[in-house]
Amino acid sequence: MNRPDVYASTWRLPVIVWQCLFFVGPLLFMIAVSFFLVKNYRMQEAFEMANWSRMMTRGYFWDAYWYTLGLAAASTVLATCLAFPAAYGLAFKVSESTRRWIIFLLIIPFFTSYLVRTFSWYVLLAESGVVNAILGKLGFGPYTMLNSAFGTLVGYMTLTLPLVVILQTLSLANVNRSLIEAAHNLGAGRMRTIFTVIVPSAKVGLIIGAVFCFILSFGDFVAPYYLGGSKPPTLPILIIDTTKSGQQWPRAAVVAVVMMVTLLTAAFTAITMAYRKRR
Amino acid sequence: MSDRLIKWLLWCYLGLLLVFVFSPILTSVIFSFNSDRFPTIPLGSFTLKWYQTIFDDPDVWSAARTSIFVSLCTATLATFIGFCTAYTDYRYGFRFKGAYLALALLPPTIPLIIMALAMLAWLSKLGISGRAWSVVIAHTVLCAPFAMGIIRLRLQQIDPDLESAAWNLGASEWSAMKTIIVPFARPALISAFCLTMAVSFDEFAVAWFVAGLNKTIPVLILEVLQGTTDPQIYAIGTFVFLTSITLVIIAQVFFMTRGRKPTAPA
Repeated sequence: MNRPDVYASTWRLPVIVWQCLFFVGPLLFMIAVSFFLVKNYRMQEAFEMANWSRMMTRGYFWDAYWYTLGLAAASTVLATCLAFPAAYGLAFKVSESTRRWIIFLLIIPFFTSYLVRTFSWYVLLAESGVVNAILGKLGFGPYTMLNSAFGTLVGYMTLTLPLVVILQTLSLANVNRSLIEAAHNLGAGRMRTIFTVIVPSAKVGLIIGAVFCFILSFGDFVAPYYLGGSKPPTLPILIIDTTKSGQQWPRAAVVAVVMMVTLLTAAFTAITMAYRKRR
Repeated sequence: MSDRLIKWLLWCYLGLLLVFVFSPILTSVIFSFNSDRFPTIPLGSFTLKWYQTIFDDPDVWSAARTSIFVSLCTATLATFIGFCTAYTDYRYGFRFKGAYLALALLPPTIPLIIMALAMLAWLSKLGISGRAWSVVIAHTVLCAPFAMGIIRLRLQQIDPDLESAAWNLGASEWSAMKTIIVPFARPALISAFCLTMAVSFDEFAVAWFVAGLNKTIPVLILEVLQGTTDPQIYAIGTFVFLTSITLVIIAQVFFMTRGRKPTAPA
């Protein structure tokens, strides 16, 4: 192609221009900001390690880091385990149209305000809330469920569970049925079939579901703030506090860059595992 | 265990899961009509006062106007960019196509809080933060990949011979686009428009950082939440829910539309 192809470029360029300006641009600039300085409440362009050395040597930063990582990992394991039986049922035990309907139902939450749903959990789980009232009738409780890791995990599940179920269902539904029948014919029991045939065949989809769950939980500030009581704060809460109250954008940028590196490492490791050939 | 028992257990489990997913949504609708200030059971009496409160609140109206403006602009831009990308992917193969698609599809994998901070810093640097347009710009980045996905799936169903047949009959690439591709993709375009509008209508983290004083509805909810626990949140939430669900159902209906072959001009 010697002449510039106007027609092809018309369709190809918009996304390149837009994403470079407003996606790659901001992310690269944020890395630069992490080296800037703040003097008299104004940000100055500079190249100093001050923010990095300050954040990296603070105990509260590392507390927040390990706490966030632990919560996100717990959320990933929990969501993967909770979603699997549902996805298994949807993929193998219901008709095609039922499956489509339930998936449609599971899409609905994505379009309802996550904030309002979190606030609903806040009043449902409160000391004098609905859940404790019901448990009280049955002779249990009351339990303190808010301002704890439990509350945060309920929030994370609200955010991630529907997505994980959908992704798992889609990957399980694509497992070759004749493999499963072959396993049954060769005398494998139900559990053995699940763990030696179905799970390995659907591995890529299951891992992608887990990766999305990890990314969403790791980056969410609503659940740890409103349901977890933000004690200790998680990294996203740290970003908000430093940005909103202290005007310390460079320090917030340090936290954000550390989060990005962590997520990239986690996602890369998981994807490599997903595509590794089975021996 | 028998197959029936297993099936029954799985159904129960699925039911429990749906209860977990839908209980916060139902809670918000039910308590938006409940008279007690602190929502618990037994319920108080039926009331519309929370709806009255938000109806009389000028802040809610101005946030609603901003939200509608932002989501309409976002949906238009995101659908356009999504269509361009989907068509490029459908029709062309070229070097660096992998990088091209990664650039187009990666935004949803970046946590919103990070995008929010990056957008705030970058848009301030460019001198365009704190306006409704700033939110539109940021939301378009987040929404375009969804539009691209939906439109790409639709283009998958087109008969590739149609476009080349049009060229052979003397149509230019542009008129083939206008008479064949666009009409064929129309249901997906409408579907993508509604879905991206719904996504933008609900997004709060990025909007909160870059909107400045031009609050959208979700940002308003976030700020009310920080102060009080007031059931008017539920009234606003119910409205947002109705808006979003309407958009999603329209999107779904158009997405399911079977391929109507473009009719040949007489």
